[in-house]
Amino acid sequence: MGDVNRSLTLEGSEQGFATTKVDALLGWARKYSLFMYPFVTACCGMEFMALTSPRFDVARFGAEAPRFSPRQSDLLWVVGTISQRQAPVLKRIYEQMMDPKWVMAFGTCASTGGFYDNYTTVPGIDKIIPTDVYIPGCPPRPEAVLDGLMLLQDKIARNERRPGVVKPRFDPAHNVAGLVHLRRSATDARDLVPALRDKEAKALAPHGGREA
Amino acid sequence: MEPLDMELEEGELELPAEPMHLNLGPSHPAMHGTVRIVLELSGETMVKADVQVGYLHRGFEKMCERGTWAQVFPYVDRLNYVSPMLNNVGYALAVEKLCGLVVPERCQWYRMALGELARISDHLTCDGAMAMELGAITPFLWFVKAREMVWDILEEETGARLTHSFGRIGGMANPPSRDFKGLCRAALPKIVGLVEEGERMLLKNRIFIDRLENVGAISGADAVALGWTGPCLRATGVAYDIRKAHPYLKYDEVDFDVPVGTKGDTLDRFLVRLGEIRQSRRIIEQSIDRMADDGPISCDDPAVVLPDKMAVYTTIEATIQHFKLIMEGAKIPKGEVYSYTEGGNGELGFYLVSDGSGTPYRVRIRPPCFQITGGLSKLLEGRMLSDIVPTFGSLNMIGGECDH
Amino acid sequence: MSQVVLDKLRERFGAAVLETHSQLGDDTAVVDPSKWKAICAFLRQDPALDFDLPVDLCGVDYPDRAPRMEVVMHLYSISMRHRIRLKTRVGDEDMAGAELDSVTSIWPGMNWLEREVFDMSGVHFRGHPDLRRILMYPEFEGHPLQRTYAADRTQPLVPYRTEAEAGMPLHKLEPFGPDEGMPFGRMPPRPEDD
Repeated sequence: MGDVNRSLTLEGSEQGFATTKVDALLGWARKYSLFMYPFVTACCGMEFMALTSPRFDVARFGAEAPRFSPRQSDLLWVVGTISQRQAPVLKRIYEQMMDPKWVMAFGTCASTGGFYDNYTTVPGIDKIIPTDVYIPGCPPRPEAVLDGLMLLQDKIARNERRPGVVKPRFDPAHNVAGLVHLRRSATDARDLVPALRDKEAKALAPHGGREA
Repeated sequence: MEPLDMELEEGELELPAEPMHLNLGPSHPAMHGTVRIVLELSGETMVKADVQVGYLHRGFEKMCERGTWAQVFPYVDRLNYVSPMLNNVGYALAVEKLCGLVVPERCQWYRMALGELARISDHLTCDGAMAMELGAITPFLWFVKAREMVWDILEEETGARLTHSFGRIGGMANPPSRDFKGLCRAALPKIVGLVEEGERMLLKNRIFIDRLENVGAISGADAVALGWTGPCLRATGVAYDIRKAHPYLKYDEVDFDVPVGTKGDTLDRFLVRLGEIRQSRRIIEQSIDRMADDGPISCDDPAVVLPDKMAVYTTIEATIQHFKLIMEGAKIPKGEVYSYTEGGNGELGFYLVSDGSGTPYRVRIRPPCFQITGGLSKLLEGRMLSDIVPTFGSLNMIGGECDH
Repeated sequence: MSQVVLDKLRERFGAAVLETHSQLGDDTAVVDPSKWKAICAFLRQDPALDFDLPVDLCGVDYPDRAPRMEVVMHLYSISMRHRIRLKTRVGDEDMAGAELDSVTSIWPGMNWLEREVFDMSGVHFRGHPDLRRILMYPEFEGHPLQRTYAADRTQPLVPYRTEAEAGMPLHKLEPFGPDEGMPFGRMPPRPEDD
């Protein structure tokens, strides 16, 4: 897992901060130019294919370029179930990758073994290699994978290796307007974007308002 | 595990007299994930190819023995994961054969329509991936776009894009949604349009044709002796399609043709799959025309079918029935059965042994691509290294099914 | 429809065909293991039978019976459109004597199927050109689909990382105690030491 953290550290900081502008620049460059090694085994591979296709487009995140050589890639996507037979292969590929490298467990089988609790499945790749982000789902929707990728990019930008739990981004209990937004209401748009507010007001006026 | 590289002693030179060993390892872009081919090469020509599968063995058959009959559906989905609905329907039909159940007509049409959608998705993936591996990345993206349309319909129906677990013993999990017919009718012309665009791009390309024509050819008799079924067998000229030979559901009441090839080479396999997409479209259109808009989707048999949720919450009988079906499993009568359907790759068979309890005694899947991949080494011998990619791609080996 | 097949089989092999039935429309014949190859050859070569497509071969373990392992073969004829299920029983309690003749010379497609039955159920095929494991790795000991093999007994090739190495909890929490959960499977409860 190494970091290439050769900058000066400012006082009071420990490992885990992008402490100089160089580090910040490196973090930014790394996170937006991830070369992936798609270690695809099973059904999650289908969602992986969907991810790289135009609708979900992982290229927007800079993470599109697949490199089928571990020497040239820095993000190991472990997509699908890893069986005991495949485990030495995975370990070898991981060891052949050069630092800095990150590992993404795509899918429940890669994260925990899934519902294959048996003699032949490795119960999660973290039993074999250190993992940076776990994306649950069987298979995860491409949006979930992109979310995981963004979390990983966040970690990369801050040069973080510590384990953590993802904070809920939207807590329904704190939303007084209701738990579900089925349609965008005129109220929301107005509060968020002033320019839109004026535009909306003009659009709404002739129709006498829309139902929320 | 088997050594990934050879060990040579210090000072020993690899003499050119011996064939070179090349390992197309289990993690390889063109190996569809998890097949390892250990080659002996003499120059560019392959002298011997040892195809090693099993890197995705997930213990499906052993897991089935640890749950109830209905808990097998998610496992079965993940066998041929590009056409999961066909696996669901195949397994449901097998258990129903063992029980002696016949699902209502509406369910039969529904199963056919969903199954054929899954078949379209399978063939699009296979042909798209094969084209991509030969360098034609654009048609792959078009085929995946078409596949997304299929998955949108399946998502509307079942809630999941890929592994739906939608089949149930005695019916399906939910009746068709209100917009199902409209969605199908709107999407199918677009899907076939994208297939035609891909064909126009690929089939006039001299390089593409040269890489596929006469590569990996096999005769019909050899293919049959190897146990091949499905599009790979039909490409050799043997017109064996279970939907025509031994119709199940309502396949004898719809009108469709079976594309059959002539030479059994990779190009024929490619074209047979494209042809089958069009035939699946015909089947879907006829099925949704004939499917009733209302009526029961599951059988009436309380021994295997879960009761309606409102009844479960309000009556005690339904609660008890629900409880027993979930906790102990549906009690399937004692016996054994072999039931076969036309899966995406060929004859998908289920051999079930029941001991009368709610847990299966043995669930054996007959995976079509296991036999087909068994013939791969024969197809590769004597050919050049770069012929592996189109040949292997055209066989459509799905790891989940082959290694079950 | 294929009562013809069972009749011909019985006519030709007489005592070697131990029982037949056609439950649920599947014609089945249980045969003596010593005549396995001869029966298969007959089914393949007889022009009225012509079973040219080797559909499937699998093993089903009945540990309370003797012999214990039932090897089940399904065959299909493309020209005649009939099917047959051929069964035979081999092996005693410890799977000694679980041997059959290989039919790879009759149908090349049986090559991988026999390897799989060997790998998963432990039946040895005499005369097979290349009998080695196909789904499991060579270092694996035991045959997983035998009922006596515990489903969750793993034999890892790569030793798992320790929590000290990882710096975080790695191993799953057991959700159920030994008395809880659904009583599936036929295995008696194992002793606590693994």
